[in-house]
Amino acid sequence: MPRRVNLAEAIVRRRLRWGEWLVERGVFLVSLSAILMIFLIFVFVGREALPVALGRTNNSRGQKPIATSEIPRIAPDKLAAYLGVTAADMKSFDADTLRQLVELKGQELKEIANPDARLNTTRWSLMVEPYRWHGYDKAEYIWQPVSEVPKFNMVPLIIGSLKATLVALLLSVPLGVGAAIYVSQLAKPALREIVKPTIELLSGIPSVVLGFFALIVMASVLQAAFGYESRLNAFVAGVALGLTVIPIIFTISEDALSSVPKAYTHAALALGASPWKAAWQVVLPAAVPGVFAACVLGFGRAIGETMVVLMASGNASIVSASIFDSCRTLTASIAAELAEVVFGGDHYCILFLLGALLFAVTFATNLAGDVVVHRLKQQLEGKH
Amino acid sequence: MDNTNGKPIVEISGLNFWYGPKQALFDINLAIQPNRTTAFIGPSGCGKSTLLRCLNRMNDLNDEQRIEGTITMHGMNIRHPDVDVIELRKRVGMVFQKSNPFPKSIFDNVAYGLRIQGSKKNHLEERVESSLRRAALWEEVKDRLQESALSLSGGQQQRLCIARTIAVEPDVVLMDEPCSALDPTATAKIEELIQDLKRYYTIIIVTHNMQQATRCSDFTGFFYLGRLVEFDTTNRIFTNPANKQTEDYITGRFG
Amino acid sequence: MPLRRKQTDWQSLGFTAATGLMTASIVAMVVIILGSLAWNGAAQMSLRFIFGGTKEGMFDAAQAGVFPMIFGTVALVVLMTICVLPVGVITAVYLSEYARSTSAVTRVIRGAINNLAGVPSIVFGLFGLGFFVQFLGGGIDKLFCGGELHYGKPALVWAAATMAVLTLPVVIVATEEALRAVPKGLREASMALGATRLETILKIVLPQALPGVITGAILAVGRGAGEVAPIMFTGAAYYLAHLPSHLSDQFMNLGYHVFVLSTQSPDIERTKPILFGTVLVLLVLTFLLNSAGVIVRSRIRARARQAHG
Repeated sequence: MPRRVNLAEAIVRRRLRWGEWLVERGVFLVSLSAILMIFLIFVFVGREALPVALGRTNNSRGQKPIATSEIPRIAPDKLAAYLGVTAADMKSFDADTLRQLVELKGQELKEIANPDARLNTTRWSLMVEPYRWHGYDKAEYIWQPVSEVPKFNMVPLIIGSLKATLVALLLSVPLGVGAAIYVSQLAKPALREIVKPTIELLSGIPSVVLGFFALIVMASVLQAAFGYESRLNAFVAGVALGLTVIPIIFTISEDALSSVPKAYTHAALALGASPWKAAWQVVLPAAVPGVFAACVLGFGRAIGETMVVLMASGNASIVSASIFDSCRTLTASIAAELAEVVFGGDHYCILFLLGALLFAVTFATNLAGDVVVHRLKQQLEGKH
Repeated sequence: MDNTNGKPIVEISGLNFWYGPKQALFDINLAIQPNRTTAFIGPSGCGKSTLLRCLNRMNDLNDEQRIEGTITMHGMNIRHPDVDVIELRKRVGMVFQKSNPFPKSIFDNVAYGLRIQGSKKNHLEERVESSLRRAALWEEVKDRLQESALSLSGGQQQRLCIARTIAVEPDVVLMDEPCSALDPTATAKIEELIQDLKRYYTIIIVTHNMQQATRCSDFTGFFYLGRLVEFDTTNRIFTNPANKQTEDYITGRFG
Repeated sequence: MPLRRKQTDWQSLGFTAATGLMTASIVAMVVIILGSLAWNGAAQMSLRFIFGGTKEGMFDAAQAGVFPMIFGTVALVVLMTICVLPVGVITAVYLSEYARSTSAVTRVIRGAINNLAGVPSIVFGLFGLGFFVQFLGGGIDKLFCGGELHYGKPALVWAAATMAVLTLPVVIVATEEALRAVPKGLREASMALGATRLETILKIVLPQALPGVITGAILAVGRGAGEVAPIMFTGAAYYLAHLPSHLSDQFMNLGYHVFVLSTQSPDIERTKPILFGTVLVLLVLTFLLNSAGVIVRSRIRARARQAHG
């Protein structure tokens, strides 16, 4: 057959493949979207929280009453602000009206019996430290955004989140890790085929359904069993939360345990150890990083979960050591209160601040957990 | 066959190759004659496949590789920045150790390279048939061209891969241990094929099987630990090797 | 010395039994939860319930219907899939086919994907509100609607976009797994024939990986159908007179309905049957989707083991 073009000539006509080049650049840019999203979340959640975070808000209504005798000495625009009217309105008032308004305003201010109204309750110190509010015996941590004097202390919410998470982890870590040990080391392989799909089934249940189940069914059962006072509390929420977290802890622990080289187990068995001893003394210690990562990721998931705690925790923001008391978590507060806030107002900003806080915490826990899980996966893939 | 006196189609000079920090090829110099079969033999890991993959720049697909030296085809340095790698690969084809037909029909497999080149539809059928004939597969598949390529046996799949490669009319066909995964009957068929194909193409074959080299090739190069130890006509290498190492290898003292 | 008769290793037995019990109790809990929900919900099932609307009475178990919620949920996930599939698949293609695994950018992208997977759902809700509804929606209103309020409020499109961001990691991971399952030899064969990388991806790799892409989509939809927190403030509504017909409309949603009805209904005893019914519909929907995704995925894994093994 005829040689069309000489080989050397054919290959030297280098075609600039524009389309290909463009597509490659485009594909790369689209892949940056994940990074972009994290960045945007950071920016847009943080942006709304910024006014409060930087201490630029001030919701104090502390104004010294202005005596009628001082009227001539005060600039008209300041008077207008004091009275809460516009400059145009000011011009329409005659001296008598003005005096009357100032008197009324003075009376009104005196009637605000609550001296706390003068406080800027969006100050950082009031958001994290206890304060003895007017009418209380001692310094307290109070989250009560809807009130004459809104109180924005985050500590009750943080404690609520931690309580529910603690209960969740107390339930899910032993069960999850124990089941992982059993399925990966002790049970017949056939059992894996039953347990793993069941756990996947569990992870597929939407959290609103688990919250519903906890609210309607579990709460009554648990109350009957343990006999505590509040039907919805950190305990009920924690148990339901634990159910949400078990799949994560189980799956990652099981991966970690399975990736320990079988040679270790066989060596232990050959030396006369029982399967349990081999698992407990040889395999588990080797898998500790993975199991730890599982717990860290489980913690991150539990702290960030919203629907379950919103429906089952009772949503009472109180500071108490008992898990049988109602509690209010960070996530539930945001979800419950965001619908009723004034856009751009102090409460709105603070809810975004809570969101930013949550984002920071879960960002950190996920970063830590994923570094370990990544190393684990490399081990697993390298082995097989 | 004795040395031809045509100009070599491929010339390799001073070629050094690194996978990351590890050097795999040391100062390779050789010339490939057109329309002949050249075999690269040697123990595993000695760089034969690496060298083969340099010839169609498949090594470019690795992340960490470094190469020095020149490879010219018809006098053109294939590593020159003006060279279009895509075009190069259309003219220098490759058959792999493990046959890798696409999960498409037999026809579509052979037509793949032609379609990429933009061949017109009416030419496709002719070209597919002629490639399959040349690959000695036509009679076996002519009635089932639309069936999946994966329904063929191992040997048939490899011949299909050969047909696919020659369908685009390359100048050089590189074969990386094409028969190592096949049974003796299939191997024999392909060796027959190679004898025939060199009428049309220049063939470079990497093989573990010394008998295969003696059967199929005109020239043989013996490689050891990344160096070309000896290169000569197959006859000379296997009857009267100049180098002791070569002699040790072909007599089975190591390898 | 004769070997001693085997003595019962009580410790081993005890611990094995304990961990076995733990496993059993998890399985038992799942069975109990699903069983009771199915049992209670089945009582409420009827064609009228599934296809009826809420016009007659939302609180009356005999009259309530969940069709608008089903419609809203389906509209949400369809829109979400349209948004997330292209971005997710393209990102997975980049990571699998183009990126060098050692480069810093690749590691940052993977880190971002992992982090995205761990962001609390309410934070997504806040993000959706702050970015999509107010920034983008408000911007669109200013630029194209002359300041009128069309998109700067909770809407189907913003809820779908928020959910798309939430499910992005699911799609990327599933697609990447499918791409990696395509044997390397096929790519090599294609490139050795003179195909460009893009041609190889479009003609050989992606068609082979299609089942995996579909798995990713199914799993994302399964997740998206059940999430409530991200859509609470970005588009879901408790009661609407009409089905959503524009992207800027709000919509009703199965999960959101369960939430509102459980926590805000005046007479919980009356609404319990409706709740159980709605929950059952939601569960069936998510399980069908998740099972389909899991089945396709295990087929892919089996095929991968065959091809590489």
